[in-house]
Amino acid sequence: MYAQMVKSTGDAVKSREEMSDDERHFQDKVDANIKVEPRDWMPDDYRKTLIRQIGQHAHSEIVGQLPEGNWITRAPTLERKAILLAKVQDEAGHGLYLYCAAETLGVTRDDLTEKLLSGRMKYSSIFNYPTLTWADMGAVGWLVDGAAIMNQVPLQRTSYGPYSRAMVRICKEESFHQRQGYAIMMKMAQGSAAQRKMAQDALNRMWYPSLMMFGPSDKDSVHSAQSMAWKIKINTNDELRQKFVNETVPQAEYLGLTIPDENLKFNEETGNYDFSQPDWDEFFEVLKGNGPCNTDRLNARRKAWDDGAWVREGLLAHAEKRAAAKVAAE
Amino acid sequence: MAQVDQKALLEFVLRQGDNTLVLGHRVSEWCGHAPVLEEDIALANTALDLIGQTQMWLGLAAEIEGEGRTADDMAFLRDAWDFRNLLLVELPNGDFGRTILRQFLFDAFSAIYLPLLTKSADPRVAEIAAKATKEVAYHLERSAQTVVGLGDGSEESHARMQEALDYLWPYVGEMFASDGVDQAMAEAGIGPDPAGLRAEYDALIGRVLSEATLRIPEDSFAHKGGRNGYMHTEHLGHLLTQMQWLQRAYPGCEW
Amino acid sequence: MKKEWPLWEVFIRGQHGLNHRHVGSLHAPDAETAILNARDVYTRRNEGLSIWVVEARHISASAPGDKGPLFEPSESKVYRHPTFYDIPKDVGHM
Repeated sequence: MYAQMVKSTGDAVKSREEMSDDERHFQDKVDANIKVEPRDWMPDDYRKTLIRQIGQHAHSEIVGQLPEGNWITRAPTLERKAILLAKVQDEAGHGLYLYCAAETLGVTRDDLTEKLLSGRMKYSSIFNYPTLTWADMGAVGWLVDGAAIMNQVPLQRTSYGPYSRAMVRICKEESFHQRQGYAIMMKMAQGSAAQRKMAQDALNRMWYPSLMMFGPSDKDSVHSAQSMAWKIKINTNDELRQKFVNETVPQAEYLGLTIPDENLKFNEETGNYDFSQPDWDEFFEVLKGNGPCNTDRLNARRKAWDDGAWVREGLLAHAEKRAAAKVAAE
Repeated sequence: MAQVDQKALLEFVLRQGDNTLVLGHRVSEWCGHAPVLEEDIALANTALDLIGQTQMWLGLAAEIEGEGRTADDMAFLRDAWDFRNLLLVELPNGDFGRTILRQFLFDAFSAIYLPLLTKSADPRVAEIAAKATKEVAYHLERSAQTVVGLGDGSEESHARMQEALDYLWPYVGEMFASDGVDQAMAEAGIGPDPAGLRAEYDALIGRVLSEATLRIPEDSFAHKGGRNGYMHTEHLGHLLTQMQWLQRAYPGCEW
Repeated sequence: MKKEWPLWEVFIRGQHGLNHRHVGSLHAPDAETAILNARDVYTRRNEGLSIWVVEARHISASAPGDKGPLFEPSESKVYRHPTFYDIPKDVGHM
């Protein structure tokens, strides 16, 4: 998802007998759906895993501004330009909320930012793919936000209070994101031959990267089992991916577009669509830094951060001067 | 209203709409690239307000023109010589300091000018101005505060802001370079002659720039040619190339 | 110089005459900017009429262990809640 392959430490989920008193009390609380708050006792690994997960989620929002930001100045109408700008702005806001949630765990936003810029922390693989035509704005909203929502809606129930509250706010604000994307796709699919071609091309390129967003199958993963026991992960990757495919196929049919998968077929027995897995070798290459846009994306973030240093420092210097003058006057 | 020269009225409305269109475009270029998240979000809000104002102004322009065009047609299908925006707003963003200082110089003018337009004899103009006035008051508060913070900040931020002011200053005078269109509007009670607003403007920006410890250049030379469309900078064409590309490459499509 | 802008907690009073409510946090160099940032970050959808900001380090919080003694006494004061009282239907809405 926006947080892919987050490793919780430890080799296996502890049994109740193996837990310390604190750990048992903590697990009872999580099991009873009582939120964990910043000053409550929590296992070190819970804290570390959450920092990684929320940090990665936040980074994804911020880097995720870039592929769509790429089209703000080329949006075809004033209304589309306003909608797209408002959406990309929301992503900055969501990154901000998530960084704040991570900060309650004892890290600073600057620390997390530096880890992103030095490549020590990751962001979602999806944002390393390019946006090449206006139809990509439709496909990103429809598929990428659609996939994100699948993951974020259950995360509103996550055990960590600040994370849960951030997700509630984010889900509320994001409700228009997928719809605006689908609205673009509808215009394109009903438009000229060139527009239909653009729409199909966008679906062709975005389909498998969207499926990758959920991460590789984790039904046997210890990390996922631990995260699920802690309720910082609610569903398995496969569950969410299947749900996404089930919901998306009829939407593509309505548009008259073809999902680029010859094996896609409704399975009467399971009530699910059968579908092809994405190329997981490609996924791991992208995570390693070899996606089409990894270098550009990180460079853009580094440039914004470095170019902005004098602004951040200048405004702080002014604030300190004024605070000192105020103290002197008193 | 029958006496109002419709051609002059169209020019007047285009001046407002093209300013907000072009400046909104420039500010939107920052999205995803600002110095800090809070600023990224704030700049986007400013751009969104400006785009909203553009829809109203250019919608009115299309109505006055009476050729069945829309606000989008006005934005995406006119060429550089048809544009009536100030040279100031089409200049490239430069660093964040130049962007925010330009915003301040423009906001200060709008904050004086728009409240006067709310009393326009043309109710359509008054209505747009009423909505925009509220937005611009906030833009000014924010840009002025940031200009003060950076001007009176670190050594580097001060130097950069002074450099930005030196660069932008020759583009300030055009806001007050009124012509026959402005006189016609003043006579018809549509809007005030901007030339008469200079003293109030100088007082406003003087206060803020002095708090920002910035020195206003002595040379009063002013570049002109934007608001009457006589001669834009080379930058406008590149901006339009990007902004209008889809509409031009796929004419007649709905988006 | 490697100094981060301080963290501020943001409280917003919505449009219905309610109390200020904590909505989230943000970074700003000073209180004035924090208020402007709060307006831009947390009222993008007309959520607020009034904004308070407090630098996070100035907030004192009850210790988690205090949760019992601080809050339990009020739980027993059920008479503070309107549903404690049975009002006959004939009296009408109260």
